[in-house]
Amino acid sequence: MGIRFILMVNKQGQTRLAQYYEWLTLEERRALEGEIVRKCLARNEQQCSFVEHRNYKIVYRRYASLFFLVGVDNDENELAILEFIHLLVETMDRHFGNVCELDIMFHLEKAHFMLEEMVMNGSIVETSKANILTPIQLMDKSS
Amino acid sequence: MGSQGGFYQSKEFLDLVKSIGEARSKAEEDRIVLNEIETLKRRISEPDIPKRKMKEYIIRLVYVEMLGHDASFGYIHAVKMTHDDSLLVKRTGYLAVTLFLNEDHDLIILIVNTIQKDLKSDNFLVVCAALNAVSKLINEETIPAVLPQVVELLAHPKEAVRKKAIMALHRFYQKSPSSVSHLVSNFRKRLCDNDPGVMGATLCPLFDLITRDVNSYKDLVISFVSILKQVVERRVPKAYDYHQMPAPFIQIKLLKILALLGSGDKQSSAKMYTVVGDIFRKCDSSSNIGNAILYECICCVSSIYPNPKLLESAADVISRFLKSDSHNLKYMGVDALGRLIKISPEIAEQHQLAVIDCLEDPDDTLKRKTFELLYKMTKSTNVEVIVDRMIDYMISINDNHYKTEIASRCVELAEQFAPSNRWFIQTMNKVFEHAGDLVNIKVAHNLMRLIAEGFGEDDDTADSQLRSSAVESYLCILGEPKLPSVFLQVICWVLGEYGTTDGKFSASYIIGKLCDVAEAYSNDETVKAYAVTALMKIHTFEIAAGRKVDMLPECQSLMEELLASHSTDLQQRAYELQAVIGLDAHAVACIMPSDASCEDIEVDKGLSFLNGYIQESIEKGAQPYIPESERSGMLNISNFRSQDHHEASSHGLRFEAYELPKPIVQSKIPPASLASTELVPVPEKMYPRESYQTTVPSVSSDAGPSELKLRLDGVQMKWGRPTFSPATSTSNSTISQKTVNGITQVDGASTANSRTRETYDSRKPQVEISPEKKKLAASLFGGSSKTEKRAATGHKISKSSSHMVEKSHVPKSSMEVASEKTPPVQQPLDLLDLGEPTVTSTVPSVDPFKQLEGLVDTTQVASAVNHGLTAAAKSPDIMALYSETPADGDLLSGVLNPSMTNMPGGTTTRQSMPRSKGPNPKDSLEKDALVRQMGVTPASQNPNLFKDLLG
Repeated sequence: MGIRFILMVNKQGQTRLAQYYEWLTLEERRALEGEIVRKCLARNEQQCSFVEHRNYKIVYRRYASLFFLVGVDNDENELAILEFIHLLVETMDRHFGNVCELDIMFHLEKAHFMLEEMVMNGSIVETSKANILTPIQLMDKSS
Repeated sequence: MGSQGGFYQSKEFLDLVKSIGEARSKAEEDRIVLNEIETLKRRISEPDIPKRKMKEYIIRLVYVEMLGHDASFGYIHAVKMTHDDSLLVKRTGYLAVTLFLNEDHDLIILIVNTIQKDLKSDNFLVVCAALNAVSKLINEETIPAVLPQVVELLAHPKEAVRKKAIMALHRFYQKSPSSVSHLVSNFRKRLCDNDPGVMGATLCPLFDLITRDVNSYKDLVISFVSILKQVVERRVPKAYDYHQMPAPFIQIKLLKILALLGSGDKQSSAKMYTVVGDIFRKCDSSSNIGNAILYECICCVSSIYPNPKLLESAADVISRFLKSDSHNLKYMGVDALGRLIKISPEIAEQHQLAVIDCLEDPDDTLKRKTFELLYKMTKSTNVEVIVDRMIDYMISINDNHYKTEIASRCVELAEQFAPSNRWFIQTMNKVFEHAGDLVNIKVAHNLMRLIAEGFGEDDDTADSQLRSSAVESYLCILGEPKLPSVFLQVICWVLGEYGTTDGKFSASYIIGKLCDVAEAYSNDETVKAYAVTALMKIHTFEIAAGRKVDMLPECQSLMEELLASHSTDLQQRAYELQAVIGLDAHAVACIMPSDASCEDIEVDKGLSFLNGYIQESIEKGAQPYIPESERSGMLNISNFRSQDHHEASSHGLRFEAYELPKPIVQSKIPPASLASTELVPVPEKMYPRESYQTTVPSVSSDAGPSELKLRLDGVQMKWGRPTFSPATSTSNSTISQKTVNGITQVDGASTANSRTRETYDSRKPQVEISPEKKKLAASLFGGSSKTEKRAATGHKISKSSSHMVEKSHVPKSSMEVASEKTPPVQQPLDLLDLGEPTVTSTVPSVDPFKQLEGLVDTTQVASAVNHGLTAAAKSPDIMALYSETPADGDLLSGVLNPSMTNMPGGTTTRQSMPRSKGPNPKDSLEKDALVRQMGVTPASQNPNLFKDLLG
């Protein structure tokens, strides 16, 4: 099914957004987040942006103090996922304008809405920024 | 204002976010969240909470769960919120519910009704919100409740709805394929949707369907190819462009599908060659996304029926990846190489040094990927180097998951390609010693079987050599402290079976060692059981050979201990041993034939050897045995009621008569063979492992492995024979490929080597390749160069003309590589992937607010400058959107009353865009000022919160 989860975690290892595409219990999520964040934070910038963890691969990318981590199946194209992360950040940037960690924290639901438009059932379904943001803008207008 | 619409949040919420943002430790964060839970518990159940407020509470609940605490007390309020009329509140409710609940949660049933209602809504955004929830919350049982509506929505005028309906159906297919099996044709239909977004989404379910059943979708090859062609030729809307690439994510999905459809299908593959070739030629190799597509092309090319030209392009891309300085590209290159060598094994050779660099890289990810590649290219000539490296790495890591994987790979390679018995045994010893508790028990059984059976070739001396060396090495290893249980089981079994066979070691020596094992690992019953059985074998072999055996004192005391063991299994084994020792040589040889573990066991199921005994008993007046099935009233022995019932209806005497035969028959088995089980008259089935040794004349002592044998027979064991050969289906093209690729190598492998080294050197002239590395390269890749030589010389004369052509091509392609290197490949990455140093130089040194002040009321142009790359890439997007949308309706009526005007979706953004879209510096400033007003200032504690992610 491709993407198993998407996490945003800051440099201190604090979760800023978590979206899972397969059900994990609270304890499992806590443990998983702890393990992979530790793994990714320990790596330097020259090393691959990919880490194997149990049965999945984590593709991660750092923007300022925020890490974006995507857990994928083994047969996923890692480079494409890396660019998907960037597309997500660009989309958020277009919406918020100079997006920063605090934007995501204050508008957690909006960040989730964007992900809902981009990914369903663990597959990338929409990559046009206009299509992703239109429903959110319309919603803002109507409320 | 657009994105800033959310700033109606209360001070309380802002404070919460602020404090979480500034928490310095997990403990501090936990304290804040626990506090928040208390507050929410009190507040959330107050009556008449305004819905804005409720939405905020629900988001605070999301925070609570996201930070790892239970928020179940508030789930019901999230469920209630899905009923709300306000779209934003409703969607937030749905979002919270999908985050909180799994599909089997009890509360789901309360939502299904709401979903059904919302799927019928006139507002397409409500329908979309409901479809999002459908694809996350509907389980197998609730599918029928929404299925008809979802199917109806596949024809909805709004493409956003069609797309989500397709994905909901995809979800149903994932959950329960049978529930939608009659609707699969809808996916085919939607592939032709006018909207590229819907088409792109449809590829997801089609990919799954094709993975399961390729043959039913061969007719779609032409459609997929033509879609891919259109995408590559930029005939999809510009909005799908990403970094100047036309719809790259759709391209990748299509290539994945084509790889499936073309696998082993020459005809289908032929239709794909042109378009894949086009991508290879056109694709921008200086961007990450371009390389992602190129990588996918390689995957596709190595999966479909081979085409020499495409393979060549793939090889070129791989060599560029491997030579790159980016670890990410190296990683992709190693992976791609692993795919391509299956088809053209000779390409590995030109990259040998790059591969070795990756192997020795400190980056674990790259290292593992390289081990995966080595695993794929192992053959009998390089197995020793590769497996030794793997074992060294295995010993060095702590990650049990990967340790297990690499251990089983070592075992597999050793079994397939081992050059000698000695090496094989030593390798297995190392694997067991360091990862014994992690490897599958089957591996151990397999090893025992291999030692017992030999190599399948009728070479008895080699077999006995293998056994001797195994015994010798095991006796040596037993000196080590703390061996894994599985390994000890193997050791005990082999020592028991072959410890004394070659006469090098005396029985008492082996017995002593076995007793030591049983003593040292006294809380491992399985090991003890193996040890006792091994002891019995040694003793019986001695007796059978006519030698007198006295039980060693330590063996004696072990037996005494085991005869009183709490484990009935150990007890039985001890009793058996005791009984067997008292027998004469002939009887013993029958029970425990030497080296007969691989003999077939003929099980006399009818127990015919008892016939005489039974006859005798019957003559003496015993009741004949009645099979269980023919007995009436005995079917439910455990069911006392029915027994009572039967007793009441039949004669009381009959009950006893039926009861007797069972124990009689069983206790009668031993006399025919031995008296041993009489000591422990237990039904056989309780002791599947080894306990039948005493009862069945022709004995195999490994029941477990012999059961496994059936499975293992399918696995080819290719001992010592070079077995690496390309698949027959591809061999034709492989040869032709060799002649093309191998042209520069016609003068022999040495020239080929020197050339590749030259190119490698020219890249890093200052780096000298250590002789050690060269040696490693030679031992890893040496084998292939030999075969290469043979193949190449065969074509030497006939192909000399193409040789010239090819030669002129080679420098060109290497120049291409060189020129590709000169433009700053890294630049886009650097610009956007801002690391810490650049960010710190812009943010803390200059006050972000001051920076923004100058920008107030500036024009759009200034913002475009300010946002550099993103904005620049964006503006043509917007223009394209205008020019491409065929018609446009009034925004508000189009959106809020879709029932009146069902305009295609792209139009809706037209008017809203200039105002609410795009990074507007004024907005940012307002936002920041507002935040500051609320008291959230970029405190020294965590200035990072304000850093632009994109820099």
